[in-house]
This record gives sequence, C-alpha cells and structure tokens, in this order.
Amino acid sequence: MRRSTPFLLAVCTAVAVGVVGCTSDVPGASPSAGPSGAGTGETSKFFVQADHDNELALRTKTATGPADKPWEQALDPKTVDTAKYKKAGPYHLCFSNAGVGNPWRQVGFKNMQAEVKLHPEIKTFTVADAESKDDKQISDITDLLGKGCDALIVSPNTTATLTPAVEQACAKVPVIVFDRGVNTKCPVTFINPIGGYAFGATGAEFLVEKVKPKGKILALRILPGVDVLEARWGAAKVVFDKSDLDVVGVEFTDGDAAKTKTIVTNYLQRFGDIDGIWMDAGATAVAAAEAFEDAGKPFPAIVGEDQQDFLKMWQDKKLTAIAPTYPTYQWRTPVIAALKILNGEAVASPWKLPQPTITSDNLSQYVQADMPPLHYAMCGCATLPGYPKDWGGK
Amino acid sequence: MSTELATPAPAVASGLGGGGRSGWGVGSIRPVLIILALLLIAVGIRQPDFYDPPVLLAFLKRAAPLIILAAGQYFVIVAGDFDLSVGSLVTAEVVIAARLIDGDPAATWPVIALLLGFGLLIGLVNGLVTTLLQVPSFITTLGMYLVLVGAVYTWTGGSPRGALSEEFRMFGRRGIDGVPVLGQLPYAVLVLSGVAVLAVLAMRSDFGKVLLAVGDNPRAARVTGARTARVRTIAFLASGLLAAVAAILLGGFGGVSFQVGQGLEFTAITAVVLGGVVLGGGRGSVAGAMLGALTLQTLLTLLNLLGVSGALSSAVQGLIILAAVAVGTLRRRT
Repeated sequence: MRRSTPFLLAVCTAVAVGVVGCTSDVPGASPSAGPSGAGTGETSKFFVQADHDNELALRTKTATGPADKPWEQALDPKTVDTAKYKKAGPYHLCFSNAGVGNPWRQVGFKNMQAEVKLHPEIKTFTVADAESKDDKQISDITDLLGKGCDALIVSPNTTATLTPAVEQACAKVPVIVFDRGVNTKCPVTFINPIGGYAFGATGAEFLVEKVKPKGKILALRILPGVDVLEARWGAAKVVFDKSDLDVVGVEFTDGDAAKTKTIVTNYLQRFGDIDGIWMDAGATAVAAAEAFEDAGKPFPAIVGEDQQDFLKMWQDKKLTAIAPTYPTYQWRTPVIAALKILNGEAVASPWKLPQPTITSDNLSQYVQADMPPLHYAMCGCATLPGYPKDWGGK
Repeated sequence: MSTELATPAPAVASGLGGGGRSGWGVGSIRPVLIILALLLIAVGIRQPDFYDPPVLLAFLKRAAPLIILAAGQYFVIVAGDFDLSVGSLVTAEVVIAARLIDGDPAATWPVIALLLGFGLLIGLVNGLVTTLLQVPSFITTLGMYLVLVGAVYTWTGGSPRGALSEEFRMFGRRGIDGVPVLGQLPYAVLVLSGVAVLAVLAMRSDFGKVLLAVGDNPRAARVTGARTARVRTIAFLASGLLAAVAAILLGGFGGVSFQVGQGLEFTAITAVVLGGVVLGGGRGSVAGAMLGALTLQTLLTLLNLLGVSGALSSAVQGLIILAAVAVGTLRRRT
C-alpha cells in the first residue's frame, strides 16, 4: 500500500475531470436564462421603466443653448426662479467632491478648476475631497458650511447616505448637485447628462445593427449594484432581449484591464469566436480588443467610451465601434450654474446635458494624439486655460 | 554559496533539479506528470486544435508567469518557509512600471532594471526579517503583503495612472515572428525556458542541496555547518526576483492593472504543492513545482472550456491544497 495512495488519488482525480470533459455539454452557453431566454439574466431591481423610456426619448431631443458649448446646453429645460439667492460678488464658491479615484473624475475635476479660473468674480474656491468615503463627505459638507461659502457644489459619493447632509446644507446656502444624485429636491438644481439607460441602449442598438443574426455577444460589466451602471446594463438587456443576438456571457471585470483581457481570452477559447462586445464603461475596451488581436481573431463589433487609448486604437485598427459617452464637460456646468444662481438668473432644474455619441463618422475630431491615453475626449476643455498641459497633454 | 559544505545529513538523490526521488515516493514528480497527461488528453478532446504548435505556444505563454512564480515559491517552500507577498509584489511592480514609464519608450529598460531591483529588495527584507529577527515567514510575508497593498493604494489613490510602453509590453504580448513550424515564438516562453534551466541548475548546485537540507531538518543542517540563514535569505531573494519577472510578463499581457497580482500567492503555492513539493520543506523538486503550475493552468483551461465559472476555480485550488497536504501527511506516517 505504501506507494499507491497518491498515485491512485491522482489518477482518480484526473480521470474524473477527464470524464466530465468527454461527456458534458458546454453549460456556459446560456447562464441562468431570464424570462426571455436570451442569456441576459434577470431584470435588475434597479430598473425603472419610466426613467428608461424618458431617457431614450431625450436622446433625440434638441438641446437649447449655444451649440458649440454643450456644457451650457439643457434638454427639455424647466427653469426655476433664483431671485432670492441674488447676491453681490466677489464670491466664495465651495465644492464637496466624492473623490478623484478614477481617470474620469480626474479629468472632470481639472475641467472644473479651469472653469473657475475663467470667472474673476469667484474670489475663493474651496474644495474638500472625500476620497470616495461617505462619512468623510458628510463631515466635509459640515466643515464647508462653517467656512462662509456663498454656494455649495456637491458631487455625492453615494445617493442615499449623502441625502441628509445635502438637506442640512440646503438650509444655509444654495446647493448644486451633479453627476450622481441625492434623494431630495432641496438643491436648487441637479446637473447630469441624459443618463445610464441612454448610454447602455446606444451601445446595444449598435451591436444589433452591426452583428449578424445569432451572433455571439459578450457583455462586460464593471460591478453590480451601482445605479448608473445598473441602468446602462438594464437598457442594454432590453435591447438584446428583443434582438436575435445570442448573449453568451455577462461577466464582471472590476474595471481591470488584466482581468478583462483574461475573461475575453477565455471566452474566445471556449466559443472559438465572439462577434460583439458590449461594455458598461469603456476603460477596459482596449484590453478586450487586444485579447482578439493576441488570439489572432478578427476584431468584434465593440462598444467603448471616449478615452483616448480606445479612440486611437479604433482609428489605427479601423474597428467597428461606437463610443457612447458620459461627458466630463458636466464638471464645468455646476460652476456656471452657481454663478447664475448668485446673479439671480433662472436656471434649468433638473439640468439635463446632452450626451453625444462618437461614431466612425465623427471619430477623427475626437482623436487627440498629443493627449495621454486615459484622457477623456468629451471634456469640452480645449479652450480652457492651462490646456493641454494641465490635462497631461503635450 | 556554501561551498564549504559537504552534502548534509539526509542525502538526497539528485533527480531532476535535486530532491525529485525516483519512483512514487514523497516529492516525486511522477503523480503530477500523470495528472498533467490526463488533463492534456481531456483538453485535446475538448479543443481539438489545442496541439497545433501556435495554439500550444499561446497556452505556454499564458502559463509562463505562473510557472515562473511557482519556481520562486518553490525555493522558499522547500526551505520550510512561505512567501505570501508575491501577489501584491506583482501588482506593485506593474503599477510602479506604468507610473514611471508613463508611455515613454526610452524609460523601458531603466524601469525593467528598477523592477528587478525592487523584487530583490522585497525578497531581501522578507529574508532578513525571517532569519535575523526570527519572525515566522508566514507572518513576515503576510505583513509585507499588507504593506505593499496599502502602499500601492496610497501612492495611486486607487486608480491606475500612467501607461506602459509598447516596448515594455512586448515581453508579455509578442514574440519572434516567422519561426518555421511554430509561427510566433513568444518572448514569454523564451524567458520561461531561461528561468527553468537556471532554477534546475541552482537546485543541482551545492546551494540547492543545502536548501533541501535546511528544509528537511534545520537543526541538523545547522549542526553540520550549513549557513541556514544565508540560504533561506537567498531563497527569498529568488522568490522576489522571479515575482518581478512574472510581473513584467503579466503587465505586458494585460496592461496597467490593479488586480493583476490578486490571489497569485495562493495559486503559486497550490501549483508547488500539486507538483509534489511538501509544505514544511525538504521534499520535492523545482521541476515538479513548475510542472505543478503547468498542470494547474491546464486544469483551469479545461474548466474554462467546460464552462465552469471563474469563481469555482478557486474552490478547485483549495481542494488541491487540502488533498495534496493530506496525502503527503498520510504518506509520511506510513
């Protein structure tokens, strides 16, 4: 018996795996099929039909305001009177920022700082960075209220947790919220682009148009449970469920390039080829496309975003691609709104900004070879002071 | 290296790279070879073109970083220690590379030199803390793991910055084109071959023999005059250096990433154990450890082909560790 134990175990294990390998069918082909059976899973509890329909309708509306300055435009604006906030300058403007923990927020924050420089009537601009922590942002807002701000801009870290802090601030100063929202109507205005449903649907519709019927789609999501990302996937799911495309997988990448490339490489190995890649955010689109390149497969139809690395690859390799955007130029708008409010001018509330899409027709105007790879093209920052150097460009 | 020393107490037959005993005994590579062969057959049934040279080389290219890490982990484990810091070290190296290169091709080679140096430095600290301060290596390297995770997060604010140059990424992504029959010969496979040869040679040298003796019976090794602290520190240096090499390949494959090294320390330990190396030291060969990594990668490939989700693959790794250690213990008792 001495010599046989490990050997037997080894053989048994390997044979067991081998047998499974010989007999089972590919089970991953339709993971936990939802009601539709399209491989897209259950409908998320975040999905709100009315918001979905509203956002999809907004995509075709024409915005009011200067066409060359989309950050000053508004879709379907309903204005509110701000005469009671009118105040003589110079102003002390305050900003409670959720954080600068990703390239999107870094580009956006630079846009905002540059926008402030355009307005000499802003004497002081005080910023508190919450480093992506709810508790820090709550105490940041309390601190800022003690510093004599004339208006407070808030980019909330999370929606529900920050709501009481924003309500507390509303009682003292005019508040402007942008990007993620809060569950209260007390801010003077809430600024954001059309939203996640429009973003997700635009990408999915592109794949339905470009990929042959029964084509295999891999959907890559960053992580579950974040409202804006759930909305993007929720809308894409609606589109895929109605189509005759085969969604062979829905995977979470954590927004990480190495993980994304590994996942896509594995799917290519398992299915032989993949015809379309849908993504809820474009930061890892290059890694996904590279997986096809390294596997010697033709590039799929792919949904990215407006980051320079992807746009450059799109142009160089002539990809079949689309880039819905969540424009960073929205970071300019809160400063403009704050000054309007302090000047007693009416502002749109909510202030819905246009959300442009980059297609192969207008791609060339967004590729900027001298900007860093993680820069977002839709920044509306080319005419701002300090551009391109402050954004890392040459 | 300790040339002053004659082969110490538990005279070890010099198998492949030392310590690999012939037959089916503890530390033998034969069981892993059989598992590997069966897995390869199963993969071949599932994916018939797997044995086309280009496909096989692409597989080896993906396996190379893990095999290199397993070789590094082997040196530490066979001396009776652990290195839990390699995963976070890989992440730190990739993040440092991206930040320092920042897309500038001219910075590639200086940064590669710096990365290798940083790997050695971390290995040196691990080794000195373990041997001089007598902190168990499990705790030393767990501490180093946490230090590196925290440092990387603080330094970057939690988001990747900078970019790797194409010249840097070449090692993990590209190869020599136009090789007859093979098509493209990936650089990663060349690096792997170099590491494998050096690792086997190291284990056949006096250093390797002392390392096995230290792992087998540290007291006896010390009594016979072996400089146990020195060889154990060298083992940590090797582990750090090979983690740096693996990081260069992984960074090249995937690009800037925050999670590239996540869990790699356990994958490497699983691979080593699967290769017949005994936790606690003294038994097993470096060839076995590397074959263990290749086997693990083959198993993960097979699971993927079968459509088993990624989450289950860590459960499989856990089962392998448990089974291998249990079998090893049973074997030694009988």
